Formats: sequence, C-alpha cells, structure tokens
Amino acid sequence: MDLSFTAQELEFRDEVRDYLRANLPRHLSEKNRKGLRLDKEDYEEWHDILRKKGWLAVSWPTEHGGPGWNVVQKYIFDVECGLANAPRVVPFGFNMLGPVLLKYGSEAQKNYYLPRILSGEDWWCQGYSEPGAGSDLAGLRTSAVRHDDHYVVNGQKTWTTLGQHANKIFCLVRTNPDVKKQEGISFMLLDMTDPGISVNPIVTIDGGAEINEVFIDNVEVPVADLVGEENKGWTYAKYLLTHERTGIANIGHATAQFESMKRIVNAQTRAGKPLLDDPYFAGRLAKLEIELEAMRITNLRMVAAAAETGAPGPESSILKVLGAKIRQEITDVARRAVGPYALPYIPEAFDLDFDDPVGPDDAAPIAASYFNFRKFSIFGGSDEIQKNIYAKMGLGL
Amino acid sequence: MNFNHTEERRMIGDALGSWLRNEYDLDARQRAMDEKAGFSHKAWRELGELGIIGALVSDTHGGFGGQGYDIALVFEELGRALSVEPWLASGLMASRILGECGDPGGLLSDVLSGETVVALAHGEPGSGYDPRWVETTATADGAGFRLNGSKAVALNADTATRLIVSARTSGAVDDAHGVTLFVVDAASPGVKVRGYATIDGLRAAEVELTDVSVEASALIGEKDGGLGAVENALAAATLAVCSESIGIMEVALEVTVEYLKTREQFGKPIGSFQALQHRMVDVATAIEQSRSLVIKAASVFEEEASTRDAALSAAKHYIGVAGRLVGEEAIQMHGGIGMAKATPINHYVKRLIMIDHLFGDTDYHLERYAALSR
Ligand SMILES: Cc1cc2nc3c(=O)[nH]c(=O)nc-3n(C[C@H](O)[C@H](O)[C@H](O)COP(=O)(O)OP(=O)(O)OC[C@H]3O[C@@H](n4cnc5c(N)ncnc54)[C@H](O)[C@@H]3O)c2cc1C
Repeated sequence: MDLSFTAQELEFRDEVRDYLRANLPRHLSEKNRKGLRLDKEDYEEWHDILRKKGWLAVSWPTEHGGPGWNVVQKYIFDVECGLANAPRVVPFGFNMLGPVLLKYGSEAQKNYYLPRILSGEDWWCQGYSEPGAGSDLAGLRTSAVRHDDHYVVNGQKTWTTLGQHANKIFCLVRTNPDVKKQEGISFMLLDMTDPGISVNPIVTIDGGAEINEVFIDNVEVPVADLVGEENKGWTYAKYLLTHERTGIANIGHATAQFESMKRIVNAQTRAGKPLLDDPYFAGRLAKLEIELEAMRITNLRMVAAAAETGAPGPESSILKVLGAKIRQEITDVARRAVGPYALPYIPEAFDLDFDDPVGPDDAAPIAASYFNFRKFSIFGGSDEIQKNIYAKMGLGL
Repeated sequence: MNFNHTEERRMIGDALGSWLRNEYDLDARQRAMDEKAGFSHKAWRELGELGIIGALVSDTHGGFGGQGYDIALVFEELGRALSVEPWLASGLMASRILGECGDPGGLLSDVLSGETVVALAHGEPGSGYDPRWVETTATADGAGFRLNGSKAVALNADTATRLIVSARTSGAVDDAHGVTLFVVDAASPGVKVRGYATIDGLRAAEVELTDVSVEASALIGEKDGGLGAVENALAAATLAVCSESIGIMEVALEVTVEYLKTREQFGKPIGSFQALQHRMVDVATAIEQSRSLVIKAASVFEEEASTRDAALSAAKHYIGVAGRLVGEEAIQMHGGIGMAKATPINHYVKRLIMIDHLFGDTDYHLERYAALSR
C-alpha cells in the first residue's frame, strides 16, 4: 500500500500550487479565508484568471477548451484550490450543464453553448427543485407543452443558487404527465432574459442572498433547446448526480476552513489562559482533526478506485454526508471559540475593507457561517436522501 | 409530588402568555427589532404595567416574586414568543442587583415599571465566561472614583440610560474579592457605547470607559464586595435563558412535527419516514430531559450558592447540547425552507443556538458542574 501520490502527480500538484500562489488574488483568498460573502465580480474575476490558464472547465476534454485531466488530477486541483482559499468555480455551467451537453447534447448545442459557458457570456443556474419537489425531485410539476417548433413552459423553480446573476437556467420540466413520473421529464435550456421569467431573492437564515425563486410564465423554448430526447431528462439528471463526485466532500475547502478555524482558536484566551489549555476545547478540535484525516484518506481511496473503474460508486453519497458534516462541525467549533463574540451581527463586517471589528479578528462572520452551513446537509440531495441511496445501492437494503 | 405551579404564578404566566399571543407575533417582533432601541418601548411598558417585570424580583427587594419558579415560568413564555425586550439586561439582572445592593438612586421602581432601562456591563473582552475576571479599574479620585476599562457584549447597553459597571477596586484580576459596582450615567463623559444587533435578534454593546468620573454615591452595595450580587444576577439569568430555551424548543418541536405531518414527498408526509420519526423522538426526549433539569434548577434556586450553581450548570450544560440538537434537526427536517429567513423556525433556532453563548456555554458549565460536584 502507498498512500502518497506518484512523482508525476506530485509534480502536477506543485504546478497547481505555484500557479495559485502567483495568480490567486489576495482579496479573493482573504474573503474565503475569513468566511466573507463573494459577489458576482469576485466569481467572474476568478473565472477570468482560470480561463486564461485553461483551467476553468476542468472536466471538459481539450477540444472544447478543458485541460484533459484524469480523475486524480482533477481531485488534486480541487483540493489545492480549496487549500489556497480560492473561490469555487460556479459549478452550474462548467461542471453540471457542460458535462450533460458533452454527453447528450446535439452538435449545435455543443457548438453554441459550450463556448459561451467558457467565455462567461452565459451564467447558468440550476432549475431542478420546486416548492413541491425537493427530495422527491421526480415529482416536479413545471410543465412544457409542445407547440410546433417550441415548448411553452409554465411553473416555478426554487432555492436557485445565484440565480440572481444568471442569464440562463437549465430546467427539468414535465413533458408527459401521463406516465410514471420519472419517464415524463425533459431537460431544457431557458433564457432568463425572457420577460416570462422573474426572479425573487430568498434571504437566508444568516441574512445572505444566494438563493432565489424563479417564476416561469408562458415562456417559449425552441425545440432546439431541448437537451437529448423528450422525456429522457431524468436519465440526464441522474448522470449528473454520478458524474464528478470525487470532489463532493470538498476536502480542500474543509481543510482550509479547519486551518482558519484553528488560527482563530489559537488566538483566543479566556480569563488569561489560552483557550487550547482547556482540555474540553482541545478535545473538540482534536476530534475534528481526526475526522478530517479519516475523510481525506477515505476520499483518496475513492479517487484511487474511480481512477481504476472510471466512475465513483455509491460511496460518493457517504462522502457528501461526511463533507457536509465536517464543514458544519468546523463552524460549530469556531463559534464556540469566540464565546460571547459570536453574538454581534454587523452587516458591514462582511465587507473585506471593514476595519472596525467588534471582538477578536475574524469573529464577525462566524455565527452567520454556522447557520448558513446548515445548507450543506440539505442541498444537492439531503443527508437523508444520500443515506437512502447508500442503504440501497451500497448495502443492498 | 406536584409539578404544577401555584395558582398565583399560573395567573402571571397566563397573563403574560395571552398578552404575547395577542400582541406579539413574529411580525410585531420584527417591528420591535426595527425600532432604534431594537425593542418595543411600548411593549416593555405594557408588560411592566402588567407586573411581569416585577415578578422577576422578590418582594423584599421591591418586586413581588423573584423566586426560581417565577423566573422559569416567565422566561418560558418569553421564549415561546421570542421577545426581544430587555428582559435579561434590565428586567432581571439590573433589577436584581439594584434590589440586592439597595437602590440608592431610587431607580428600581422605574426599572420594574418598564420606564427606565438599566443594563449590566460586567463581562469583558478577556473574561470569556468567567465572572470573576474584571480588568476594569476604579481608582479613588477625591470623594469619588475614576473608571477605566472595556466591557464586552453588554446586552441592551446601547439603550440603557444607566449602566451597572463592575470594576476592580482591589485584588488581582481574577480575585472574587475586590470587585465594586457603580451606577454610571450612560451619557457621562468618557463613556463610549458601541451598539449592535446580535444575530439572534437582540441588541448589545461594547462599552469603553476612559477616565469616567463617578461620585461616591454611584457605588452600590459593598466596596470590594460586588461580585456576589453579579453572580446572583448571572445565576438568575442562567435560569432565565434555560427556561427561555424550553419555550423555544417546545415551539421548534411543535412547528417541526406539524411540518412533518403536512409536507409531502414521495406521495406521503415526510413524517411517515422512520428515519425522521426516530430522530424526532430523540428531539422530544431531549426537551423533556431539559425541562426536568430546569425544574430542578428552579427548585433549588433559593438554596445556597453551590447547590444552586450545580443545578444551574447541569441545566445549562444539558441545554447547550439539547438546544443544538433541537435547532439543527428543526432546520434539517424543514429542508430548503428551513434555510429561509421568512420561515419562522429560523428565528427560533438562531436564538436557541446563541443562548449557548450567554452566561457560560455547554463546556463551561460541564466543567463548573464537575468542579462543584467533586
Ligand atoms: C442553500 C441551498 C441552495 C440550493 N440550490 C439549489 C439550486 O441551485 N438548484 C436547485 O434545483 N435546487 C437547489 N436547492 C434545493 C435542494 O436541492 C433541496 O432543498 C433539497 O433537495 C431538499 O428538498 P426540499 O427542500 O424540498 O426538502 P424536502 O424534500 O421537503 O425534505 C424535508 C426533509 O425531509 C427529509 N426527507 C425527504 N424525503 C425523505 C425520505 N424518503 N426519507 C427520509 N427523509 C426524507 C429531507 O431529507 C429533509 O430533511 C438548494 C437548497 C439550498 C438549501
């Protein structure tokens, strides 16, 4: 057994590290390190930088502008970006729609949409969930009715991440209400500048503005914007769920977040004593570190397996749950570390140039992050749904 | 055995409960938070008139209640409504300190009627949860004193017209002896108050004291002997937030159970999934256990400090753990909608979790319990 990367892989890792050191703007990594909120310009700035290097659409083949990396390289890149506190690449176009179009899209769709994703001309969001269809996604009701060369789409999507920045939305819609629910769903590309689409922000528990509801009112969608075959959308959606899941635990970001938290913990004293002298607190930190290390190796084992078989198995569900849990636990320990100073809520403190903090350095966003991070066990398939999947697919129950 | 409150207490609880149900829904709460003070002066005065604030202070100290059970009853109701009024700062801690220390300035009746808000400025940036840690100093200056130091996260100190400030007049920074209490006019020269909202809907402030001159008459209680009154007030506040948590957890349970019954996925109520049912039973069990510990703490509240504090630490430790379980499960079982600020449950969860950051968190109280029960 050998837990280390090969010499070649290490060389690649160093290349990524050097690149990040030289090209990741400090104001972006600082925002991430401090747990501050990123705006549209921040994401676009980072996308621009990666695009120049050819590292923006990492899961795409070279002929479409991807780097042509293998599973291990993609994993290393993910981890290094996380460790460096890089913003995440907004996944909807690059890592979700892109792979679907590559596998199921028409030539025309590939030729038209892929370059626009890559250039940033189109900002995509994901229109799956509806008020009545979350875990039971196949219960979705947004309807698309065919008229000659177009569909007329009506319905509502919700919890749409960063939909406020998007000009395009890929949707699962019902094209046949009369069959088993999974068999009447289609995958469609909608233009959000259509006057029939309206977007309302949903303020999150922590006061953030990252999700939206999207109303779709008599929007005409050309048949050319149906992806693949009518009523096969469920297959494409499921393909996405098994695709590129080796990075799902966000181990790089979790590790960076752990380090940031540890820096905060290390800086705290209580009644004259370092917080870490408190064995209870030291124990909390140690437990997390142990879990993080276990998770890192579990993830590596999965990457190694995927590198052999080509596709990750149902273990990705476990990784999703573990990744969510550890990130939530880190914010939990961080909020404990700053004691009463978790309480102040000063909206301006979410700006990088805010220079009048209350309490210890970096305390301001901690409680907000704790509440915001509850989302990790809800979106992208909740913990419960992941466990249902693993019980069935992993354990045969 | 009888776990019912006395008739008299029940009347107070009913009066408060029905007032809150009629006048104080979450919209009213939001309006109160939007006021400059961060709470509704009108609500505060009305509740003062109803005698609810007075119920938090004993009759020998100017109120007409003030026992552990009174505090528990009132704060459980307040928890159900998520009241953001200055209950802890003014209604409970300041009033009890003024009552205990004698009230030379004659403030107490206005505090209990809701007319005046007084805040306690005791905790400091370096103190963590240790009540003995007081770096702020009071040095003799002619007939009076000069105060210097910083106070941290002092609830409602941004609206209070007067602050009860603890300062060291002798001893080392963590000596129990040597702490003295002063009533300081918040508008005095040298007092800088930086107010802010807290994430759970209250208001607090950082208070900087720079050469603040106070007269000898500002000193309340015994010189060097003020810590006892602070510890008593913190004990009352600890019982209060534990009881408040019970009210909040009950609502969280009710709302979540209701949601499990009505939200359908896969063609059935999500409450039909055993994966969720068993966890909801864990939640309900944790609430029952919490309630038992709060009853215990209230029942020994009038006993000697070590007995009282052990029971309080037991409750506060347990509720730190239970509150997190209840809060996190409530959001998780709501799914996406639990993340939306417009959904009532999130306000309850925020307050419930942040209570762990007041008057000693779950670790602090576990350690204190271990020390007290050795
Ligand atoms: C911050 C955030 C961002 C999101 N971004 C997007 C986005 O960009 N695009 C998009 O389409 N969606 C998005 N979502 C939606 C997300 O995918 C859904 O919230 C999620 O699938 C859960 O669905 P729901 O909210 O309807 O909860 P429900 O499905 O109603 O679930 C409620 C609770 O019941 C549990 N439950 C449901 N079924 C079962 C079962 N069979 N067994 C046991 N427990 C069960 C759930 O796990 C959950 O705890 C986002 C959500 C959040 C919170």
